[in-house]
Amino acid sequence: MELGITILVTVLQIAAVLGVVLTHVAYLTYAERKILSDMQDRLGPMEVGPHGLLQPLADGLKLFFKEDIIPAGANKIIFSAAPILVLVPALIGFAVVPFGRDSLQIGAIEITPYITDINIGLLYILAFSSLGAYGILLGGWASNSKYSLLGGLRSAAQVISYELPLGLALVGPILLSESLSLTDMTVAQGGGIWRWFIVSQPVAFVIYMICAIAETNRLPFDLPEAESELVAGFFTEYSGMRFSFFFLAEYANMILVSCIAVVAFLGGWQAPLPALEFIPPIVWFLAKVYFLLFFYIWLRATVPRLRFDQLMAFGWKVMLPIALVNVLLTSIVKYFLNQWAEK
Amino acid sequence: MLTAFFFYFAFATVVSSIFTIGFRSPVYCTLALLSTFLHVAGLFVLLHAEFIAAIQIIVYVGAVLVLYLFILMLLDLKSNESFMHKQVWWAVFFGIVIIVEILIGLFKSPIMGKMPVPVSAEEAIGNTQAIGLALFNKYLLPFEVVGLILLGAVIGAMVLAKKVPLKQKAVSAKVE
Repeated sequence: MELGITILVTVLQIAAVLGVVLTHVAYLTYAERKILSDMQDRLGPMEVGPHGLLQPLADGLKLFFKEDIIPAGANKIIFSAAPILVLVPALIGFAVVPFGRDSLQIGAIEITPYITDINIGLLYILAFSSLGAYGILLGGWASNSKYSLLGGLRSAAQVISYELPLGLALVGPILLSESLSLTDMTVAQGGGIWRWFIVSQPVAFVIYMICAIAETNRLPFDLPEAESELVAGFFTEYSGMRFSFFFLAEYANMILVSCIAVVAFLGGWQAPLPALEFIPPIVWFLAKVYFLLFFYIWLRATVPRLRFDQLMAFGWKVMLPIALVNVLLTSIVKYFLNQWAEK
Repeated sequence: MLTAFFFYFAFATVVSSIFTIGFRSPVYCTLALLSTFLHVAGLFVLLHAEFIAAIQIIVYVGAVLVLYLFILMLLDLKSNESFMHKQVWWAVFFGIVIIVEILIGLFKSPIMGKMPVPVSAEEAIGNTQAIGLALFNKYLLPFEVVGLILLGAVIGAMVLAKKVPLKQKAVSAKVE
């Protein structure tokens, strides 16, 4: 009975988180179109509902009813599996993100603000996000199309190159909080804005943000889907629901990397000033995530696309060395601070 | 419950490693190997070695295997992919040798016949910390030596990759 209730609560939690994330994904596309159009001095979607508010719903329905085409000569099994291989790693990471501070107590059942708090939370997210490259690579290969294959290869090269500095940038917060658990990391940053790791790790934060944009294939690093060269990149041959899976995965990934950035550098659900703690933690968490998402879209409207060789050279020759030096310096300083604290 | 999971992971690991050498298409082989790695990571989780499981996925699945797949797609092997399947007798010979070695090792090892201790001794301080302490105190020298060997391998790979091809050498010699 006890076990049954635990499983039921966990399943409900998963359903709730998935629901919230997917709603956010849908409205992130709307927000992106609205913000972009605002920055480019036009109106954006206006027809469906007031100010186009029902546009994501209409888009979803449209994608759902579109014809599902599998190109002749494509490898059917892998072609069908690839979108799922992209979407699942994007959603699975949300299992360890702590959205708030307080657990909800209903009778004997405790509902935590995270699905699970495993002691290797950050490594878990990194491990599963590295799986996303398979879906892209296999999707490109199985389509039996030159553009798809080239897009897939480009994307895989990019994801592998930027995964390294991304992981190394996160070593800074790990060292400072002495934990891989996202909850412990948030708690370690309590007590005001000056305790956030963005203050002690500004270099790591910048590296993380740049690599996160490259990881999610967003502008200015969206070379795998550069329209002018590769039609649409690795999902050129995809249509209907399978296409929408890739789309969902991209936006879910955006939200996930923003959540990690908030937890690792911006204090998670902590309030910036002790005086502001009367506002619920989850509001702070959401506000920070929304700000980062806005930043993403802002960047897309501002910065032009890089050339592919520039992208690779930047990743290996600039980001990686800086990230390595940052890890080295952080560990040295941390070591001497610990020594000093012991005395 | 745990036993059921163990048998699932063990069974899937064995089956997918058989597929790894059984498939004709190199891409399918790589995918079977991917499944093997993921299920081995599952076994690590069952042993309370979450850190090792995560590193297994990050290193082998996220880096090594992606590169394999990358190379396979660039090479686009079609004509001689069945070449390796013609060496059945060699495979049988070495397979038997390796199985015998494993069995000898297994029967001579002290864990045979005893029930393994089902608790993870390091759970109290977290196994990430335990691994860190062991690596940087007890096994510091071997750890550094491994690092040095890997550095050597990296430099070697760069030297090999940077080598000027013969044709270009001939051309540049003519120009000189």
